[in-house]
Amino acid sequence: MTASKGGRRSVLEKTLAEILSTVERAEEANRSAQGAGFLQGFDPRVKLVGLLLLIVAAASGNQFNALCALLAAGIVLAFLSRIRLRQMAGAWVGALLFSGAIALPAVFLTPGPALLHLPITGWALTTTGLRSAAFLTLRAETTVTLSFLLVYTTPSTHLLKALRSLRVPVTVVVLAGMTYRYIFVLLQTALEMIESRRSRIVGQMEAADRRRLLVSSAGVLLGKSFQLSNDVFLAMQSRGYRGEVYLLDEFNWRGRDWVGLAGFAVAGALALVGGR
Amino acid sequence: MHIPDGYLSPSTCAGLYAASAPFWYVALQKVKRQLHTRFVPLLSVFAAFSFVIMMFNLPLPGGTTGHATGMGVAAIVLGPWASVLALSLALLIQALFFGDGGVTALGANCFNMAIAGCLTAAFVYRAISGNAPLQSRRRVVAAGIAGYVAINVAALFTAIEFGLQPLFFHTASGAPLYAPYPLHVAVPAMMIGHLTIAGLAELLITSGVVAYLQRSDSSLLARTAPGAVSSEGTAGFKRLWVALAMLMVLTPLGLLAVGSAWGEWSPEDFRDLASRDQIARASGGVPLPAEAPSGLRRLSSVWTAPIPDYAPPVLKSTSFGYAMSAIVGTGLIILVTSGATWAIGRGGKEHADDSQ
Repeated sequence: MTASKGGRRSVLEKTLAEILSTVERAEEANRSAQGAGFLQGFDPRVKLVGLLLLIVAAASGNQFNALCALLAAGIVLAFLSRIRLRQMAGAWVGALLFSGAIALPAVFLTPGPALLHLPITGWALTTTGLRSAAFLTLRAETTVTLSFLLVYTTPSTHLLKALRSLRVPVTVVVLAGMTYRYIFVLLQTALEMIESRRSRIVGQMEAADRRRLLVSSAGVLLGKSFQLSNDVFLAMQSRGYRGEVYLLDEFNWRGRDWVGLAGFAVAGALALVGGR
Repeated sequence: MHIPDGYLSPSTCAGLYAASAPFWYVALQKVKRQLHTRFVPLLSVFAAFSFVIMMFNLPLPGGTTGHATGMGVAAIVLGPWASVLALSLALLIQALFFGDGGVTALGANCFNMAIAGCLTAAFVYRAISGNAPLQSRRRVVAAGIAGYVAINVAALFTAIEFGLQPLFFHTASGAPLYAPYPLHVAVPAMMIGHLTIAGLAELLITSGVVAYLQRSDSSLLARTAPGAVSSEGTAGFKRLWVALAMLMVLTPLGLLAVGSAWGEWSPEDFRDLASRDQIARASGGVPLPAEAPSGLRRLSSVWTAPIPDYAPPVLKSTSFGYAMSAIVGTGLIILVTSGATWAIGRGGKEHADDSQ
């Protein structure tokens, strides 16, 4: 084992944990997307276009009311789509930690009228700084919620195919679809490589050795990636691939999708106008 | 370095999508032409590799850890344009499915990391490594510097984009609407972390992967190093050149030998008594014909060499003339061989281009 002193996790364990967490999150999202729920019942194109419109509205929103309304709408949609609060909380905490770390110094660094002074340091907490930090954090939380909704209510393959409705070239859609699939193949390969190496380590490893181990693992993974790309190419060729890519359009547009699209359009327009 | 949604104004995001679009278009055209049918599996698998490599926690000197983006590795192994596409795809998947970087900021993230980062890495690597052999240590150093410079260029672009937000987008009271820090705060804040921790992680992973590939499979480095030859090949060539130069210098030794070489007689040798004796002795006492054979007489006059007997008429010193003949002769052979190699190589390349 490579656990370092003081119970801290080693880099191998951190890397393993990160890979596992990514795989688990993706599996969880796919399970949720394939389940029953309000948004799950809409055509993927409606959700992609509609939620992207709301994300753009949130990203450009400069009014607290509009941003709060969008966040509330996102939470209601998540509830109706049977997304658990625990799942959303992870994304919210992540966004809060990231945005908070960036926004916190702005409270003191942004020039403006002082709201109060900190007791020991005497730093001035400004109203403009507070407003700026609140905007940043609220906007980040709202866009994260809406992005989360998109991924947790739409299967990955459908979401990528729906990119065609935004005029994304078919080659890019196919490339993105294959990339998504092979991410999990390579994550599994990396997981097995690191796990098998970790199981053969006894005692502590020096930092330089750990560094060498991870760099070598990256090199091995690169070699395996090229091998995989060759195998995939040969498999594609054997099935008649000659450089042209096609996409099967299996979406079925129904009456409720018009209603959904209209709803998103109205909400987006209101948020854009109200957010100015 | 992945910019989330809401940190850049919509106009900045739109501008950076527009700035990235021509690079994506050129990259797609170039890669399609270079890789033809192979580009779909190669790009998608390598984009997946770039995604996975970003999860590797690298222990750094000082007890901290850092993540690499893989832009250096991508640029060195795939080349500048294919790496732009591979990294853009990885960033698209990250933004769309994993919330790492915003959907509205995808254009900005691609511009900073995939375009500015990968093109810088490819340029620096090419400039430093030159035509060094694939196994050369210079390539490891070049890779490390390329990764380090690339991630810092990407970070600088990100910092400038952040730093411009409060300048252009703020409320009437002066409260910034998007990223709150001006350039004089954003640039140092961003660069300190990247010049130290993130830059070091990128340097270590890029140079480490190149060093690993040199040991295990250097052919993966050959795509972006068309002028490089293997180090064994260079050493072999060097030894050959040294041997050739020594032989040229030693050519006057041939003058120490007396008489004609056996079988290289001229018709005059058959008339000269001393030469006839020497030929007879060298031929085991077999008597010579009275005069030169008719065939020899007739054919020996068909072609007269410009420098007969390796002795240019303009040079008085026989030894110097002999050495000069060796140099001129060797030079002519090298010239003809190089010309033929170039012509054959060019023909082969045109044929390969036609077949694509």
